[in-house]
Amino acid sequence: MDAKRVRITGRGIAVRGNDIDTDRIIPARFLRCVTFDGIGEHAFEDDRRSLAEKGEIHPFDEPHFQGAQVLLVNKNFGCGSSREHAPQSLMRWGDGIRAIVGESFAEIFFGNCVALGIPCLRVSEADAQRLQSACEAKPGTEFTVDVEARTVSWEGGSVPTEIADGPRQAFLEGKWDTTLELMAAKDEIRAAAAELPYFDDWR
Amino acid sequence: MMMGKSLYEKVFERHAVRRLPSGQWQLLMGLQLLHEVTSPQAFAALRERGWGVMFPHRNVATVDHIIPTDNQSRPLADPLAEEMFVALSENTRDFGITFLTPDTGKQGVVHIVGPELGLTQPGMTICCGDSHTATHGAFGALAFGIGTSQVRDVLATGTLAMDRLKVRRIEVNGALRPGVYAKDVILFIIQRLGVKGGVGHVYEYAGEVFDRMSMEERMTVCNMSIEGGARCGYVNPDQTTYDYLRGREFAPPEGAWDRAVAYWDSIRSDPDTAYDDVVVFDAAEIEPIVTWGITPGQSIGVSQSVPDITEFPESERPMIQEALDYMALPPAHPIQGTKIDVAFIGSCTNGRISDFEEVVKFIQARGAKVAPGVRALIVPGSQPVAREMIERGWDRVFTEAGFEFREAGCSMCLAMNPDKLRGREICASSSNRNFKGRQGSPSGRTLLMSPVMVAAAAVAGEVVDAREYFQIA
Repeated sequence: MDAKRVRITGRGIAVRGNDIDTDRIIPARFLRCVTFDGIGEHAFEDDRRSLAEKGEIHPFDEPHFQGAQVLLVNKNFGCGSSREHAPQSLMRWGDGIRAIVGESFAEIFFGNCVALGIPCLRVSEADAQRLQSACEAKPGTEFTVDVEARTVSWEGGSVPTEIADGPRQAFLEGKWDTTLELMAAKDEIRAAAAELPYFDDWR
Repeated sequence: MMMGKSLYEKVFERHAVRRLPSGQWQLLMGLQLLHEVTSPQAFAALRERGWGVMFPHRNVATVDHIIPTDNQSRPLADPLAEEMFVALSENTRDFGITFLTPDTGKQGVVHIVGPELGLTQPGMTICCGDSHTATHGAFGALAFGIGTSQVRDVLATGTLAMDRLKVRRIEVNGALRPGVYAKDVILFIIQRLGVKGGVGHVYEYAGEVFDRMSMEERMTVCNMSIEGGARCGYVNPDQTTYDYLRGREFAPPEGAWDRAVAYWDSIRSDPDTAYDDVVVFDAAEIEPIVTWGITPGQSIGVSQSVPDITEFPESERPMIQEALDYMALPPAHPIQGTKIDVAFIGSCTNGRISDFEEVVKFIQARGAKVAPGVRALIVPGSQPVAREMIERGWDRVFTEAGFEFREAGCSMCLAMNPDKLRGREICASSSNRNFKGRQGSPSGRTLLMSPVMVAAAAVAGEVVDAREYFQIA
C-alpha cells in the first residue's frame, strides 16, 4: 500500500463518549501475545459484551457498520496506557480503521497512530456531533478524510479539521514510518551521544 | 534580556540530534527500559528488516506485567505469559541487552527497578513502552511512555521523533497535613487540572512540598503525570536526589561523581525560567483522596460524598452517568462506609519500601487484622524491595495480619497476570488507574487511594478515613 495518506475515504462508524481509554479499546487480557495478529477481533470487547448483556448493541457489533474505516469519536480518545495494541486492534478490526476524527486525542495514542499511518484529525464539539449523527442516521455513509485540505466531507456537508503541521506533512509525503528517517542521521546520532557525559557510563 | 531555561528545555536541547523535515525533533534517548509486553513486536520488526540495536548498553529489560506473584517458577503456568518471557529472553540475548530476570534477584516493576539500580539519573532522556515511564522524572530526567513502533525506533537508532512540549510548573506550598501522602497530592492535582489538563504539556512539580519529599514520594507523584494527560513530569534534582543515587549499582562511580553532580546541577531549571503556565496549590487544602468513578480525575476527599449528577454541567452528564452506573455507588452518600472486597498495595505508583513501611507502622501499632471476607494483597514492586521487607520481618507482620505477601510484579494493577478482580468486586487499590475493567474483571470496580488508606480499608472492610482509623496525628 502506498505510504502517502492524502485522502482517505471509507464508511464511518461512531463510538460516542469522552475519555475512552486504551483498556476499553483493547482489554489488557488480550495483550498477552508476541505479535499483533488476531488482536482486531477483540477491539472494544468488554464494552461490546456489557452492552450485549443489557440487550443493546455496540457500533462495532452492528452489522451495518461492518467494514467501516473512518472512526468518529469525541474527547480525549485513547487516554491511558502507551500500548500500541490499541491502535493496532483498531487497524486490524474488520477491514481496518484507517482514519480517526474526534474532538481530541490522548498524546501517546496520537503518536502511536502516526507511527502506524493512521491520521487522527480534530474537529469542534459541534462538528463531532454532526459527523456522528450523520453516520448513525444513515449507516454506510462514506466520509472522506482529506489530510491535505484538512477537511472531512460526506454527502451532507464538509467540516474543517485540525492536525499539526508535522504529522500532516509526514502523512502527505508518506514519511510517517520514522525509522528510516531517523537512521539517516547515524553520524549525527553518534556525535550527539559522544557529547553526553553519561552516555558511556561516565567513563 | 535572556530568559532562563527550564530543565525540560535544557535536557531536550542536550539530546536534540537534529530537526526533522516534519518539523519534529530527533531526540537521543539516554536509556530505554524494556519489558515483555510492548517489546516483542519491536524486536520482530528489527529481525524482519535485518537491523541491529544501535546502543545495546543503553537498553535494560525486565519482566513485570505478566509474571505471576504467587509462583514464578518456569515454565510459567500461563503458556501465553511463558511465550512472552521466552521471547524477551531470546531477544535480549540475541541483541546483547541486559535482562533482569527473577534469577538475578533484581527483577521487578520496570519503574521501580530503574531507580533502584541507579540506572535512572538526572538529565537523562528515558523511554519505555509504558505510560508510567514519567515516574523517572522524579530524578529530573525527561521520561516518556512510548508505543511499540517507537520502541523499535529507539532500538534501531537510539532516537525518537518528538514534538516540543509546553512546560507547566505546578507548585504545592505549605505543609501536608498528617495522613496526607504523595498519592493524595497527585490525585488532588489531577482532580483540579483534569485528566486532559496536561495534554501538550510537561509538568514541573515544585514548591515546598516537593522539596521536602523523599525520592520515593516524588516517584509516586511523577508516576501519575500521564493520568493528568501530561506525557512527562519531573522534579528538579537536588541533594535528596544525589543522596539517593550515590552508591547504587549503575550510579556514577566515585571517580566520576563530582563530574556527574556538576552536570546534574547544570540542567536544573533556572530561577528566571519563563513557564508556559504556572499553577499554585496550598498543601493544607489536600485531604486523603478516593476515586469514585472510572477516571483518576473522578475523585473526592475522603470526608466527602459521591457526587450527584445534578452537580455537573449538562455537557458532562452522560459521562458522569456512565461512571455512576458502572460504579453503582449511591450518589450524594459519603464514600466512607463503601464495602470493599479486595485491597491491593503495590504497583509502580506505590510498591516501594517506604509505602510498605508506613503501612506496617499502623498495622503493628493497632495489632490490626484484615476484615473477614476481604482479600488483601501486599505486592513488593521488586525483588530487592521484597528482600528488604523480609529482612525487616514485615512479611510476617503482614501475613499474621491476614494479608497475602506476594512476589514482585505488576500484579493487580493491570489484569495481565493471574491477580484479578472477580465479577463486580470492589478493590481499594494503591495503583494508578480505575478504568473500567482495569483490574481484570470487565465489571470490577477500583477505588484509588494511598497505601495507608488501602490498609485502613482492608482492616475496616470498608472505606474509612485512615487518619481517624489509625489515629494519625
